[in-house]
Parts: sequence; structure tokens; C-alpha cells
Amino acid sequence: MSIDRATAAKVAKLARIRVEDADLPALADDFNAILGFIEQLQELDVSDVEPMVSVTPMRLPRRDDVVSDGNQQEAVLRNAPDAREGFFAVPKVVE
Amino acid sequence: MSDLTKLTIAKARDALRRGETTSVELTGACLAAIDGADALGAFVHKTPEIAMDRARAADARIKAGDAPPMCGIPVGIKDLFCTQGVASQAASRILEGFRPAYESTVSGQLRDAGAVMLGKLNMDEFAMGSSNETSVYGHAINPWRATGSSRSLTPGGSSGGSAAALAADLCLGATGTDTGGSIRQPAAFTGTVGLKPTYGRCSRWGIVAFASSLDQAGPMTKTVRDAAIMGAAMMGHDPKDSTSADLPVPDFEAMLTGDIRGRVIGIPREYRMDGMPDAIETLWAEGRAMLADAGAIIRDISLPHTKYALPAYYVIAPAEASSNLARYDGVRYGYRAKLAPGDGVTEMYEKTRAEGFGPEVRRRIMIGTYVLSAGYYDAYYNRARKVRTLIKRDFEHAFASGVDAILTPATPSAAFELGKTHSDPVEMYLNDVFTVTVNLAGLPGLAVPTGLDGAGLPLGLQLIGKPWEEGELLNIGYALEQAAGFVAKPAKWW
Repeated sequence: MSIDRATAAKVAKLARIRVEDADLPALADDFNAILGFIEQLQELDVSDVEPMVSVTPMRLPRRDDVVSDGNQQEAVLRNAPDAREGFFAVPKVVE
Repeated sequence: MSDLTKLTIAKARDALRRGETTSVELTGACLAAIDGADALGAFVHKTPEIAMDRARAADARIKAGDAPPMCGIPVGIKDLFCTQGVASQAASRILEGFRPAYESTVSGQLRDAGAVMLGKLNMDEFAMGSSNETSVYGHAINPWRATGSSRSLTPGGSSGGSAAALAADLCLGATGTDTGGSIRQPAAFTGTVGLKPTYGRCSRWGIVAFASSLDQAGPMTKTVRDAAIMGAAMMGHDPKDSTSADLPVPDFEAMLTGDIRGRVIGIPREYRMDGMPDAIETLWAEGRAMLADAGAIIRDISLPHTKYALPAYYVIAPAEASSNLARYDGVRYGYRAKLAPGDGVTEMYEKTRAEGFGPEVRRRIMIGTYVLSAGYYDAYYNRARKVRTLIKRDFEHAFASGVDAILTPATPSAAFELGKTHSDPVEMYLNDVFTVTVNLAGLPGLAVPTGLDGAGLPLGLQLIGKPWEEGELLNIGYALEQAAGFVAKPAKWW
């Protein structure tokens, strides 16, 4: 399978990473090198194999559905690039 | 006492308890060594005030006679660990300015045990790399140089700063994390010891996530005994990490008897790679002989799916990374790109992530995005998860047949020159060929320095243990360490 420019652009878009048009061919080359390496996996017959879900045989613990932590607005917002009036601030979302 | 920074954790602990030195003296000596070693690029955020405060508190605690083993011991913390109020940016621009409001469980346990944080250590960006060359802070540099050469070598990665700091005696222990070999490969490149515990032994809470099903923190130290001491302080159950194992942590140090008579050591034939340097082949043979001399039984074994481990890893790890790193969007913490008039929220995401992530991280996020995208999920991601099942099964069969531990080389070469392998990402990935299987199977792995190559550079062997059997693994490592008698240190040039 070979990744072309358009596919590279689509993947960049899905990943929300801006890639300039001029950089797309090199990116597609990188993808092809890595995917070529990954392609070896197709040699194996895995038809009767379960995909791994958890590497250690343990059941995920559950806890009561109650508030365990909260009321930390100041701490939560402290690292925001832009926070105003107790909210994260972002560029206008709705026209 | 002279040469305080050269002490092992065990010796420093004993000296502190006997009153022969103080944590303030030890810490002061380490801080001075760190200030004199900027050329190594190991410490990227120094925290001398915190260090001296904790050292004074540790001395008071030792005086009161109720100090745990790590009390007063100066350590470095990898930049991947969130440390309260102290920069924690995973060596990435995208976390520029981030000061966590909380402390990771592992660094918090060390702090509560009285360990002294000297500062934050360099690493590959988001732990993605094998040479510490993807760091936003610049390279960490190996204190070791080839005989007669002044060329800069990599300390390995991703825990390159941790390994460089230890090898240069800037600290007595360091935290590392290991997703595909990031503790063991740097340890092998610097003549130090690195333990990747069983998946679930150390809490992942507060450690910046790379690939959550593979990430595991562990100690990096100068000796196996130190790995036992520091490792025990880092491990333990944490309800804040749902994959954290609710199992008691044994006294690993008490298990270091060096008696390995009758233990069965497996030698996997698939780890004999084409083109492997003679020095590695010899090292491995010597390691087998040392363990046999100590009374172990050496047995050839097969781990037939070994060759598929790296390709499976390079599906699973990027897939998980693409999901974990989706949180870096310029909204809640860290870097936000400068926006042009009219830019909306999508442009903010795209520009922030393009400018905030380095090339290798961008590449892995996008590979992960691709293998998880509609139409490819089964062909790549699900298939890789099935192959992971087969790789784990290989180890289960070996252990079920009576093998107690497995001996392999830690790396396919000694430390290489910085700047050598940038052009080909796949070539860099091959560094992890002997270590990545262990992460995929969730097993504990230990790198022990056992020799030097022809150029005078350190080489290490890897021991792989059964799940939760770190104590047994460390004891076999201890026997190997005693037999190898590795005492070489890099000549100081920095």
C-alpha cells in the first residue's frame, strides 16, 4: 500500500496538525517507509488469535460513582494559555 | 568523605545512618557536580532550593531514627514526571510553561520516602526516541567517549538525561520510564543499571502518557542493589491508576543473595540477529558462562514471534500516542500558537500542534491516526494487537517449560554518535529490537553492564523475568553483576 500526497494531507487533517503543501511529499515518503516496515505483520496467520486487551490478567477495578475531587477552578485554569472569568478562552467557535 | 556523588544509594544510606555524612552535604555535592556538567545537557530544570529544603528535612528525619532507605538520597527526576510547581514538559515545546498543580504518584512516593529531588532530566520528546535527539532542550550527551576520540555519543533514549546524569555521578539515582526500551537501552549505553518493572508495578498517574498499555516507570541506578532499593520505593498500588497492581511489594534488597544455583536461564535463538557486532555476540556468550559458573542451568529456547515485535510496536505505540496526545490542543495548558486575524478554533489546534510538537512526535501521531482510521483499523491496529497476544504467548510457553529468566543482549550496538541516524526513522527504531518484546508482554526487564567493547564503550545484557518476579530477576542480575565485576567509569571531559 502506498500513501500519496492526498492521503498524507487527509491524515494530517485528522490529526489536527498543520502541514504545508510543500512538506506533504516528504511526509508521504516517511509514512511509506514506516508502513513498509509494519507490512511484515501481514505474513502471520492470526485468524484464531484474540487481540490483546490487557497485558496483565486483571479486571479493571470499579469505584462508587461519586465526586472524588473537585472545586479546584483556580488550579485547573492556572496553566491555561488564555483564561477569563473562570473559563478557558478560545477563538470564536460559532459564527 | 570524599567523592560523595560517586556513592551508591546503599552506601550513602548506610553512611547517613551512621552519621558519617548528611543529606545536606550529599545534596550540596550533587548540586555542585550538576552545575559543572552543563555540557552534558542532562539536567534541564535545576531545583536547588527544593533540594536543600528536602535535604534538611531528611537530615532531621534521619536524626530522629525513623528514616526509610531512600531518605536523604539525591535523585534526578525525568521530565516526563509531573512535579508540583516545577516545570514538567516531557521535553516538548507544547508543554512550555506548564507547572503541574500535582505530583506524580511515583515521584510523590520518592518525596515522601525522603528522597531529594535535584531537578528534572532531559529525555526524548514525549519519550519518543532512542538517542535523546528529539528533545526541545537539545541533546543530552553521553559522558562516555570512545578511546582516543572527542566525538559526542548519545546516552541513548528516551531516558537519556537520567542515564547521562548517573554515569557522570551527578546524582545517586534517577527515575526513568520505558515504553519500548527507554530505561534499558540508555542504561546499557552508559554502563548503568536500569529496571523496567512488570506492567502495573509503578503507578502511571501523573506521568505524561505516551502509550498507556506499554508505559512503565522504573529506577535507573549505579548498581543492582540500588535498583532494588529505589525500585521498591517507586512501586506499589495506586487507586488513581486503574491498571496499577494491587499486590504487595517485597523487600527486593533482602532477596539479593547472589545464589542462583539451579535457576534455568533461557537463551532465545531469535535474538541472534544478522549483522550483530562481534562484541555483542561475545558479551552474550560471556554472560551465559558467568551465569553457568554461578550454578544456573543454561537452556536454548525459542520465542518464534520475536521478529514481529517491532512492527507490532510501531502500530500499537503510535496508535495509543495519537489518542493520548490529542489533549494537547492549546486550550488547557502549555503552548498556543499565535493566530492570524480570522483564525478559528480549528486553526488554533492545527497551528499549535504543528509548532508545539517536534517532527518525530508529529510523525508518530499521524502514523497512529492512520492505523486507527476507518478502513485500516482491522488491517493494522487489530492485527498488531493479535500479534501482541502471540508475542506474550511465546514468553508464557518459555516460563511454563521451567525457564526462570531469559538472557539477551540489551542493545544491538554500543552508544552511537549523535546525528547519525536522523535520516531513516526505521533504522532508529531498530535500537529497541531486544527490549520492545518485554513491553509488549508486560514483563520485567533489567539491563546490567557487563563489559566494554573494543573502543572502551560500555555494553549491557538484559535479563527478562516472570511477571511480578522482580525480586528473583534482581537476584539473577545481582549474580551477573558480581560475576562481571564492571567497575569502569567514563574519564571526565566535561
